[in-house]
Amino acid sequence: MLPLDIFLSAMANGLMMGAVYALVALGLTLVYGVLHIINFAHGATLTAAMYAVYVAHAALGVDPYLALPGLAAIFFALGYMVQRWVIGPASHGDDSNILLVTLGLSIIMENALLAGFRSDTRSIDVPYGFSVVEVGNLFLSTPKLVAFAGSFVVAALLWLLLARTDTGRAIRAVAKEKTGAALVGVRVEHIYAVTFGLGAACLAVAACLLMPTFLVNPRIGNAFVLVAFTIVVLGGMGSIPGALIGGLFVGVVESLSGLYLGESLGQIGIFLIFILVLLARPTGLFGARA
Amino acid sequence: MSQSTRRTLLGGAAAAGGVLAMPAILRAQPAAVKIGILQPVTGALAQDGEYGRLGAQIALDEINAAGGIKSLGGAKLEMVFGDARSTPEGGTQEVERMQGEKVAAIVGGFASPIVLAASQAASRYDIPYICDVGVSDAIVGRGLANTFRFGPGFGIVTSTALENLVKLNDAAGKPAKTVVIVHEDGLFGSGMAKLLNDQLPPRGFQVLETIAHPTPSRDMSNVALRIRALNPDLVIPSSYYSEFVLLARTMQQQRIRPKGVYAILNGAASNFRFVKEFADAANLVMDCNHWADPRKPKTAAVRAKAEAGGRFWLYNTPLNYSCVALLADAIERAGSTDRDKITAALASSSFAGHIMPYGPTRFEKGQNMGAAPVNTQVQGGDIKVIFPDAFADAKPVFPAT
Repeated sequence: MLPLDIFLSAMANGLMMGAVYALVALGLTLVYGVLHIINFAHGATLTAAMYAVYVAHAALGVDPYLALPGLAAIFFALGYMVQRWVIGPASHGDDSNILLVTLGLSIIMENALLAGFRSDTRSIDVPYGFSVVEVGNLFLSTPKLVAFAGSFVVAALLWLLLARTDTGRAIRAVAKEKTGAALVGVRVEHIYAVTFGLGAACLAVAACLLMPTFLVNPRIGNAFVLVAFTIVVLGGMGSIPGALIGGLFVGVVESLSGLYLGESLGQIGIFLIFILVLLARPTGLFGARA
Repeated sequence: MSQSTRRTLLGGAAAAGGVLAMPAILRAQPAAVKIGILQPVTGALAQDGEYGRLGAQIALDEINAAGGIKSLGGAKLEMVFGDARSTPEGGTQEVERMQGEKVAAIVGGFASPIVLAASQAASRYDIPYICDVGVSDAIVGRGLANTFRFGPGFGIVTSTALENLVKLNDAAGKPAKTVVIVHEDGLFGSGMAKLLNDQLPPRGFQVLETIAHPTPSRDMSNVALRIRALNPDLVIPSSYYSEFVLLARTMQQQRIRPKGVYAILNGAASNFRFVKEFADAANLVMDCNHWADPRKPKTAAVRAKAEAGGRFWLYNTPLNYSCVALLADAIERAGSTDRDKITAALASSSFAGHIMPYGPTRFEKGQNMGAAPVNTQVQGGDIKVIFPDAFADAKPVFPAT
């Protein structure tokens, strides 16, 4: 049995990583909640956002945290435009086509990144990359704590947007009943695109929070999306609290199974949970409506 | 008439021009000898591959500047470069391409899995293959006549490393009793870990745990946490560059200070880039690894060329430099680009013009029997040789805490 502070350190690492997983899952669950499709381009978009952070730092010398507002805005705009003028028109009114279009987009994006950046693993080196905050016996990585806090701030903002603004009400209306929403004057195409933009903006934030401690290569997004998909299933498709709690839970499970089973088997726990949830509660923890 | 005269004149001029050009054609170089240089220059091992290619390039330039292969009328050596993309599949694909380009021999591979696959692919075409680094002993244990390894395998390295570890520990009054082994989970790291688990206990060390990690991995927190929990006297890491740098920095972050970090064939512990960029994390780390012989006069010249333009001095460069020089010597003696003749020349090679701390080459079943590693320690921002005594330039600092 390992000492308590080692266990607590691994827990803390898991919670901090889990918060970023949650952020990636938030984008996925939001798009699912409104458009009722899994966005297959989610992973490739995250990869693109991580490369954007990398380029901003390596070529322009911009710190990832300073790049955050700008990149979030750019990715919102890109997401909006892609849904409004590419995915939307290409789906010809049938939601299941969206799935194929996003799959195609992900292949194009991944290969474009591969052509542009080659298959090398790249990372950025920031001065605070290995700084720590001491909490009792624990030394918590500062950039991971920032990522933890940042993820909660984004989740809170997203919740406020959905609960308190007209756009949020329109998004919820479209999610529940899009024909009805259209009849009372909600522009469904616009709301679809806004939702897609929000999903992409979540990924840009996740990329900025990840890059100080993480690496990027053209396939890195897939690793996250597989985990994010597990979280969305675990938390309930389309549920924001579900994504948050599911993300934290999966982060802790991954860290603890890495500690006890060895780093090579770190992700095995996540997929065992995935299978168990599918067997026992297919709607997920918070997904009664789904 | 006048026209015909002009035509005759023009013809005569053309003929004269041709005659004048003749001597140049007669003196033209014999066909260049193509040498396949295989290195991973993209993917997780890209840094090692770049420095390996650099060593090969320096050797080729030097040989060509000195008049090429004399027994082939001064034929120049030409590099056919292949990127193994850090995977065995990438390596074998490039061997196929090199076969298409009719290379006389292949040098390189770097990582054990790449060398294992690439040398096997080369053996199907009887292409002589010189392994530059790949330390897994499976590489020369398969009875492939085309495969030669100039450097030491991990069997040789481990026994030297443990011999020196015992010497080190005894001299300091035996402060180290417990060990944690950290290794990458591929062919190289796992093979090392198995050897160490067999050989440490008879020498009086208790292995508390053996921790595997994948390559690439970007988070070493859990590995560091386990080390912190086990609190060993010694940590023995066998990993590639990025993972060990990450582990060393995470250990520093988590204030884990064992009595010694004694790396064996580590991708970072005797790497000047690591020492320059993360001096605190690197300080006092020991390594048993490939190292150029500082006593040989040519070493300084190669190092100066390698370090030009802000590059670092990594063992990949002198090893590949030496492997290409070894091959050139074999081609020179074979007096032919025939692959079987080159293989035979390599097998009977006694080449001393390399810059590694080995004697003249002597191959037994493909392994250069004189190959040996060197023990280094990072001291005050520099890498010092602590063993063998013959050219050590510093005393070991142990225990570190």
